[in-house]
Amino acid sequence: MAEPLFSVRGLKVALPDMTRKPLIGRAPLAEILKGLDFDLPSGSVTGIVGESGSGKSTLGRTLVRLLEPSAGSVRFEGRDITHLPEAALRPLRRDLQMIFQDPMSSLNPRRTIASIIAAPLRQNGLGDNLKARVAEALQRVGLPQSFAGRYRHELSGGQRQRVGIARALALSPKFVLADEIVSGLDVSTQAQILTLLEKLAAEMGLTVAFISHDLSVIRRLCQQVIVMREGSIVEASATDALFDKPRQAYTRDLIAAIPLPEIDAGWLDMPSTGKAPI
Amino acid sequence: MSACLDIANLSAVLANGQRVLRSVSLALQPGEVRALVGESGAGKTMIGKAVLGVLPSSVRIVEGDMRLEGEDLGKLQPRARRTLIGARTALIPQDPLTALNPSRRIGPQMTDRLVRILGWSGDKADRRIRQLLDEVQIRDPDRVLKTYPHELSGGMRQRVLIAAAFAAEPRLIVADEPTTALDVTVQKQILRLIGALQREHGTAILFVTHDLGVVAKISQKVSVLYAGKVVEEAETAALFAAPRHPYTRALMAATPRYTDPFASLRPVDETVLAGLAAEIASADQAWRRPHG
Repeated sequence: MAEPLFSVRGLKVALPDMTRKPLIGRAPLAEILKGLDFDLPSGSVTGIVGESGSGKSTLGRTLVRLLEPSAGSVRFEGRDITHLPEAALRPLRRDLQMIFQDPMSSLNPRRTIASIIAAPLRQNGLGDNLKARVAEALQRVGLPQSFAGRYRHELSGGQRQRVGIARALALSPKFVLADEIVSGLDVSTQAQILTLLEKLAAEMGLTVAFISHDLSVIRRLCQQVIVMREGSIVEASATDALFDKPRQAYTRDLIAAIPLPEIDAGWLDMPSTGKAPI
Repeated sequence: MSACLDIANLSAVLANGQRVLRSVSLALQPGEVRALVGESGAGKTMIGKAVLGVLPSSVRIVEGDMRLEGEDLGKLQPRARRTLIGARTALIPQDPLTALNPSRRIGPQMTDRLVRILGWSGDKADRRIRQLLDEVQIRDPDRVLKTYPHELSGGMRQRVLIAAAFAAEPRLIVADEPTTALDVTVQKQILRLIGALQREHGTAILFVTHDLGVVAKISQKVSVLYAGKVVEEAETAALFAAPRHPYTRALMAATPRYTDPFASLRPVDETVLAGLAAEIASADQAWRRPHG
């Protein structure tokens, strides 16, 4: 097998726990990720699933080095980026892009769509021929050219998320982190966005970490899945294997708790053994 | 037996004259769980708010009747209407954190409604709340009643609000996306709980949701909404066996299913949307806004 794009060993991340912060002084650290080992194969889409508080978003933000690990190592294309300082990270940033959950808050309200998509291009010294590059990015995500001069509030939720994708892909990155990118969208729009991401990932040979709480979406989009719970990996395997033969009780619970859109009279009475909601 | 809730021909408009509810009719029998399903802007929450008499001031009802256990809400004086709605209905909201007052303990928030609106004694209200907390499987009511909302998890907060909703024995509960903010395993527990309490108390529920999966598991009948119009109404089992409206079929095909990943998640076809737009336009053309 080819060299993985990301290789993560013994990854620990600790963040300040603001709920325990004393009035004066620093907040004590809470360990959010408790020693993770995994690889992201180049050109694959990996689903990261877990309930709230499982650490899936922290993991994503650590991969793109918005957070610095407290222990362990993160290798990107074989290079150790675990503790690289910001200056050394800068040239890597164009290869590590993000699509956010809520495009309403991640798109600048005072800039036109063209200027939002152009911003990362400018910053990375690709300021020549901007118009053509923006046009190409719009076309790639299926938005009409006339959108270039519009503002975010003039767009629907699905169109805004297309802009988010266009911005992330404008630099032709190697890796894209997609953190709950369809959870705010209606099902019909969700299907469009996922189909688009699926197509672009394949065309551009992207490596994608797709964070979601929705296993149904993950099954469609991802080649492998990492199931997280309370900062640890419960189970990681190929998608079909995970659904056909989940090895862990927790994974089975997560799958069984999904309400499928079909009549199943016994479903509601089947108790879930998932974590008690206290 | 008269219907628990009977909405006939309800239309509502915004200040600019745009219709947001388009001649909505639906009748809930006592003890029935009716799902209102649709995408954002479909008007499903609006119907719930109209029933509870809490529409925003920008929305005006211009036509139609709402009857709660036979009583015509439109014919009552505002004060009498509020009393009737307060006594016979309750709400389970989407986000329990915003529905609870952050600066008051859970206990008084739960008993308040019983004491102030229904005129119960404090003791009676307290006993009732404890009984309901037991029914929603909260095993340490003393602790929970003394906590503040932020000290509880999302699932616990939702249990508290379910207990509060059932406490006054309403005939009708409006549940507005009550599990949308919850994790999937907690969602299942909460759906089970709502189902069990609903059966035990014989309460009718207007269950607002965008998730056809939830519709399939909790409701007996379903109204599919688009742009404030009921495009299909059916028994839930019949709807899933043979959806009639093209939009219902498109919604089903768009809903992800892990058992069938490649047949699901299909984007809604343009012709379906064009058909819907035409349907809405012709309904609007046929409709004449009543004066007054």
